[in-house]
Amino acid sequence: MRTAISTLAVRGATTVRQALEILHDEERTPIAGATDLFVALNFGTLTMRRFVDIWNVDELRRIAVDGDTLVIGALATYTDLIRSPMIAARLPMLAEASRLVGGPQIQNRGTIGGNIANASPAGDSLPILSAVDAVVVLRSVTGERRVAFRDFYTGYRESVRRRDELIVAVEIPPVPGRQWFRKVGTRAAQAISKVVIAGVRDGQSLRLALGSVAPTVVRARRAEAALAEGRSIDEAVDALRADITPIDDVRSTADYRHLVSANLVRRFLTETR
Amino acid sequence: MTRWVGASVPRKDGIGKATGQARYADDLVFPGMLHGRTVRSTVPRGRVRSIRLDFDASGFTIVDFRDVPGRNVCDLIEQDQPFLVERDVRHMAEPILLLAHEDRERLLSANVAIEYDAADAVFDPLRSEGVLKAIDIVKGDVDAAMGNADVIVEGTYRTGHQEHVYIEPNGVIAVPEGDGVVVYGSLQCPFYVIKALKSLLGANRHIRVVQTETGGGFGGKEEYPSMIAGHAALLALKSGRPVKIVYDRVEDMVATTKRHPSIVRHRTGVTRDGRLVAMDVEVVLDGGAYVTLSPVVLSRGCIHAAGPYRCDNTRIRGRAMFTNTPPNGAFRGFGAPQTEFAVEVHMERIAEALGMDPVTLREINALVPGDTTATGQVMHDDCSARLVLDEAVRRTDFRAKRTAYRGTNRAVGLSLFYHGAGFTGSGERTLNSKARLDLTERGVRIAVGSTEIGQGTRTMHAQIVAEALGVPYETIEVAQPDTSVVADSGPTVASRTCMVVGKILEECAAEMKARLGGLSPSEYFAKHGGFSVLKTYEPPDWIQWDDHTYRGDAYATFAWGCDVVELEMDRDTFEVRPIALTAVHEFGRPIHPALARGQIEGGTAQGMGYALLEHVVMRNGEMANAQLTNYIIPTSLDTPEFDIVMLENPYPGGPFGAKGLGELPMDGPGPAVVNALRALALDVREIPATPEHLAECALR
Repeated sequence: MRTAISTLAVRGATTVRQALEILHDEERTPIAGATDLFVALNFGTLTMRRFVDIWNVDELRRIAVDGDTLVIGALATYTDLIRSPMIAARLPMLAEASRLVGGPQIQNRGTIGGNIANASPAGDSLPILSAVDAVVVLRSVTGERRVAFRDFYTGYRESVRRRDELIVAVEIPPVPGRQWFRKVGTRAAQAISKVVIAGVRDGQSLRLALGSVAPTVVRARRAEAALAEGRSIDEAVDALRADITPIDDVRSTADYRHLVSANLVRRFLTETR
Repeated sequence: MTRWVGASVPRKDGIGKATGQARYADDLVFPGMLHGRTVRSTVPRGRVRSIRLDFDASGFTIVDFRDVPGRNVCDLIEQDQPFLVERDVRHMAEPILLLAHEDRERLLSANVAIEYDAADAVFDPLRSEGVLKAIDIVKGDVDAAMGNADVIVEGTYRTGHQEHVYIEPNGVIAVPEGDGVVVYGSLQCPFYVIKALKSLLGANRHIRVVQTETGGGFGGKEEYPSMIAGHAALLALKSGRPVKIVYDRVEDMVATTKRHPSIVRHRTGVTRDGRLVAMDVEVVLDGGAYVTLSPVVLSRGCIHAAGPYRCDNTRIRGRAMFTNTPPNGAFRGFGAPQTEFAVEVHMERIAEALGMDPVTLREINALVPGDTTATGQVMHDDCSARLVLDEAVRRTDFRAKRTAYRGTNRAVGLSLFYHGAGFTGSGERTLNSKARLDLTERGVRIAVGSTEIGQGTRTMHAQIVAEALGVPYETIEVAQPDTSVVADSGPTVASRTCMVVGKILEECAAEMKARLGGLSPSEYFAKHGGFSVLKTYEPPDWIQWDDHTYRGDAYATFAWGCDVVELEMDRDTFEVRPIALTAVHEFGRPIHPALARGQIEGGTAQGMGYALLEHVVMRNGEMANAQLTNYIIPTSLDTPEFDIVMLENPYPGGPFGAKGLGELPMDGPGPAVVNALRALALDVREIPATPEHLAECALR
């Protein structure tokens, strides 16, 4: 049954400083586009009751290049990512992934920071951030710290973000080589991923990450290592089986996710050869 | 030549819906209105041991079975389903307690703790011992004929649940009126609600039902609104105030009816040259926890189970079984999409077994005038199986494509299907439907209980009356279905609203025209005042039907269809992309071509969803993916380009030659899609053919 709205408490913030002070004073969940929140609310599975709304913190909307690092503000929406010339030039697969998130309404509200914070294993941008070795920028009233994306998640819907911290940006170092992205979501729009995969190939160097096949987004370390050691595609695909731990759920099956992950890795390796 | 019939005139409900002026149930607010909520079971089977209210009950109206003034059963075919559980729970989400409060938020926050003695539940209809209805259709001698066949082909075919996904969930408002209630609601059959409420509240109580603008039904608002209307009425009577109950999407999906899952076994004897000599068919439907409409769904399913084919020796044995899921119910097609899926995939397998082209097999066996169906019904000139098949094959270049695509990821598939219009057998005679035309100071008013649920009832009825009366379409008014105002023209179901109710209206108009004696309606009214013409449906006199032996004329006529789908499958992900779909339909004559095309496109898209995407995940008897996020229906991007062809073959018993159309488009896409997938060397025999299922087929 739908959660009663009157049981929710929301405070608004218009600056990062204000948001951080609120988070410092009391335990609240930051929300921006609230696209994930409303699904849980309608389904009656929402556990949080107290929120800080940061949608109007405009300083977090910026997409910029700083030195050779691409810096994406946490509140950049999917629509912002689709329209950004900097994303098109440096990380086109993120624009491609953004076009496949929900529909235009979700793309207008959903943010990259929200996708990271929500920590769903099915988050469409997450395999990309993993494959390109992104860095998550966290800020609190006591200061700022940078966490490598690979160290960010600690378990299913759990991360190293402290309750008083806000994700303010994600930093992307230069991505040499070919980018490759594929989402498998059963229908052409408004779909949640069953398997989502992002890869970068630069000569012999390969980076590969998958979503919806484990409690968190995963980097395919064993498959990457097999290829780095010069082993065959078949051996790399075999190694992938140990990188992922998919399950049966309402959207798909473990068997299907294993099979499709293997097929797509094979396709990635073939197409970028 | 006709002026209004056959023209795509503006819809009567178009401007209201386009501008947002149309008022749906949830738009209505009454002074002092409370909101109602249904507290439901959380076990699939068991007994209620205790109920504890964990909230401050001030300001709440609370109703349980003891508050029922009449009989605590929903009066449908049987009287077995309680409005509120007394002791025994037979399925998940069964209504136990009703709460009402003027503050929706307090209502949602109220916690009710219910303890149960749980019992073992049955979810597999093949393991159930409860037969809800059995039907046997026998023609010729199947066992003897099977012995003479050159080849025998056997197979089992399965279809899953399907959710209606009407855009507006179920919702009603009950308002105290006199000693009873008036119910405003989103519903298909206002007089069904009257019958159910008379039983619930007492036969002598005042009851009136008004259909509000309705956002889709697809059968999902045929029988279910009686339940929710009963709940709102109980709360309204106890509180003395108007009570609104509008389900959200989750509650609607979890608690209300779905399409019946089916398991159909075929054993068919054929000659080497492709003639069907014996068809032995067994149909099993999962009825869910109560009878509801399952007996008639089974009936229509069985009658269509042998497909549009000639076979002198046919045996169809049908069983609908009780299980511990919410009752399955009416859904566009009403049993026929399930059984026609099975027979059409089976025909493809027979062609494979014979090494024969699937079109040729169908050409040899398709019904032609003079042939008889499984129930012994003789086909007349309105039988168009070959007409639609030939046209679909010709315009898609089916045989050439089939050959050209061999060995690629692209394929074409075909299905041939039919759908009986109107109630089965003697059903229309029993219904005795009425329609009325009123001459008023404003012009001519249609007063029927048929509901507009998006399919175009108001528009199409007004066209028929305008044509028959010889007056402009714009001058025809259509009364809102209010049971105190309109005639009981029977339920808005079974592809009967145009063919049956439209026919009565045509006759009303003819009589009104005669009485006007050459005057226009306004001239007549000025001179003589108003009058009404009330008429009753007369089914064709040749219809003979025996409900005990299931022999005779099952339907006054059938509509016919042939679908050809072209699709591509990704061999890595088993995702299927439909590319083009040609639907050749013959349904007498379209009254409103644009609306008819809309029915075909919409029904075909719904059938494509049924075939490929729509998977109701049941866990412990409850729909686990009861959200549009995870119950996947096709979006416009998933829908192929349509080539819709409407062939005409007028049926003399329908208005201006029209037959029923609403359900026909649902029957074809499932088997056409699976037959295309079979051409990709996947042995698919069930739907939904999700990528997960196709991957399993590929690995088998």
